[in-house]
Amino acid sequence: MALEELYQEIILDHYRHPRNKGKIEDPDIHEHATNPLCGDEIDISAKVENGVIKEVKFSGQGCSISQSSASLLTEALKGKTLEEAETFIAAFREMLAGHELPEDTGIDFGELEALRGVTKFPARLKCATLAWNTAQEAIKAFEKTHSNH
Amino acid sequence: MAQENLSARKAVHFSSGHSINLSAIRKDFPVLSQMINGHPLVYLDNAASTQKPMSVIQKMQTFYEHDYANVHRGAYELSSRATDEYEEARRKIVDFINAAGSKNIIFTKNGSEAINLVAYSWGRHFLNEGDEIVLTEMEHHSNLIPWQLLAEEKGLTLRPVPIREDGTLDMEVLKKVIFSKTKLVAVTHVSNVLGTINPVAEIARLAHSVGAKILVDGAQSVPHFSVDVQALDCDFFTFSGHKMLGPTGIGVLYGKEEILEEMPPFLSGGDMISEVWIDHATWNELPYKFEAGTPPFVEAIGLGAAIDYLQTIGMDWVWEHEQELTQYALAQIKTVPDLEIFGPTENRAGVISFKIADIHPHDVATFLDQEGVEIRTGHHCAQPLMRRLCIPGTARASFYLYNTFEEVDRLVAALNKTREFFK
Repeated sequence: MALEELYQEIILDHYRHPRNKGKIEDPDIHEHATNPLCGDEIDISAKVENGVIKEVKFSGQGCSISQSSASLLTEALKGKTLEEAETFIAAFREMLAGHELPEDTGIDFGELEALRGVTKFPARLKCATLAWNTAQEAIKAFEKTHSNH
Repeated sequence: MAQENLSARKAVHFSSGHSINLSAIRKDFPVLSQMINGHPLVYLDNAASTQKPMSVIQKMQTFYEHDYANVHRGAYELSSRATDEYEEARRKIVDFINAAGSKNIIFTKNGSEAINLVAYSWGRHFLNEGDEIVLTEMEHHSNLIPWQLLAEEKGLTLRPVPIREDGTLDMEVLKKVIFSKTKLVAVTHVSNVLGTINPVAEIARLAHSVGAKILVDGAQSVPHFSVDVQALDCDFFTFSGHKMLGPTGIGVLYGKEEILEEMPPFLSGGDMISEVWIDHATWNELPYKFEAGTPPFVEAIGLGAAIDYLQTIGMDWVWEHEQELTQYALAQIKTVPDLEIFGPTENRAGVISFKIADIHPHDVATFLDQEGVEIRTGHHCAQPLMRRLCIPGTARASFYLYNTFEEVDRLVAALNKTREFFK
């Protein structure tokens, strides 16, 4: 049944027990975004050391898809360099857009594969991508300020 | 079963002698007879927009095929036919809401534009720093943002009237905030979230007692019950065509003639002028002063056909049917475990907002969609109201004349299924 493809156990688990929920004090990276159509909110904050994401947290409110996607994001991005994170975010968005990735990317989505079911629910795509777009914006803003120094 | 008895009562007799029932009505709406995700469509998002009967679709098609030309322009047969049809549609609106005449009816592209017209033309011209606008916590953004912008520009104060726990307007507060500085009371007739029916005739009396004007947003009232703008004594009344079986792209502003006469134009250009020189111009008479450019006249004609349809069924029947559906739905939806309904329990329209346990409204909507049940979720363009209720959004089922008791049962069954899944 299609619904179970969308609401996989991993997603429901991250929704009920979100990982890395909260706000980092004095973050290096911080971005807040809303989906004005539905009112979902996501706040992403992170600590960066030597170009590596040391810690990342999210807060916000919204549906099971948007919140579990954010929870999964924090686990996926922690420990990645900013460059790796951007590549990963781009690849994940490609996956949600229903595009096959080139084989040589070597990207392993791991638990994030659970979100692939969203491709069959176009109305929910924005829920799944909200946290990722927010993180992308946050990294861009960080890089912009730091390239100026 | 209860709903069978109620369904049986749906057969009504018209003065012409013929009778009609729900299944006959449903046959007039081609979109309703389709499958969604393997289930017959149950369309319950009528507060957002309504489906169109064949008579509306055909009227517009026939007009395009046989009578189309621009209005108010040409001295030729086709143009006068188009003009006649457009003005006939305006007269249908006049009758439908009991306006004094065609001068009171201005066609706009939607309800929002109708409110913006009042804000930009009347508001900018007549309101000054320190003046106050009273509105309510349950306004749709369309009856809030234009006033926010105007307040910012002119230095006005907005006075929001809160709602009480039961979802009704706090009339005690309303009575207190309306005073000599109040220049306008902007209030929705029926809440698009809670279904609350506001006592607009009483509010109009309060507004007028201090010399203020009243604008009533009728987007959720005119489609569902008989409205008499003169009996309500409102100065402005707005609504939209697509929420009452008509096409998109057409809305209506009703205004009292003496007020409209004093107002400067809103949009300007062709058709709204009387005489034009290279450096100045004089304005056309009402209502054309406010209809710049080629108006959406085919849409207006479509709206006229929608009104014909509603009047053939009878607005009393529409209202009674929706009331029976709403009371049945309120009782049935309550049986779903952990479900909370927002809004009044009585004296309310066929809009039911609810939440189930801590399941996010979007997840509810996706589940219901899989069962062919189409409802609306989110903040319903009423974010201040969502904050008042301390919720991010609601799930909302809203009814119209073609909905059935069986569809309410389908909704309730799907809600139970959703509840089970997330348990």
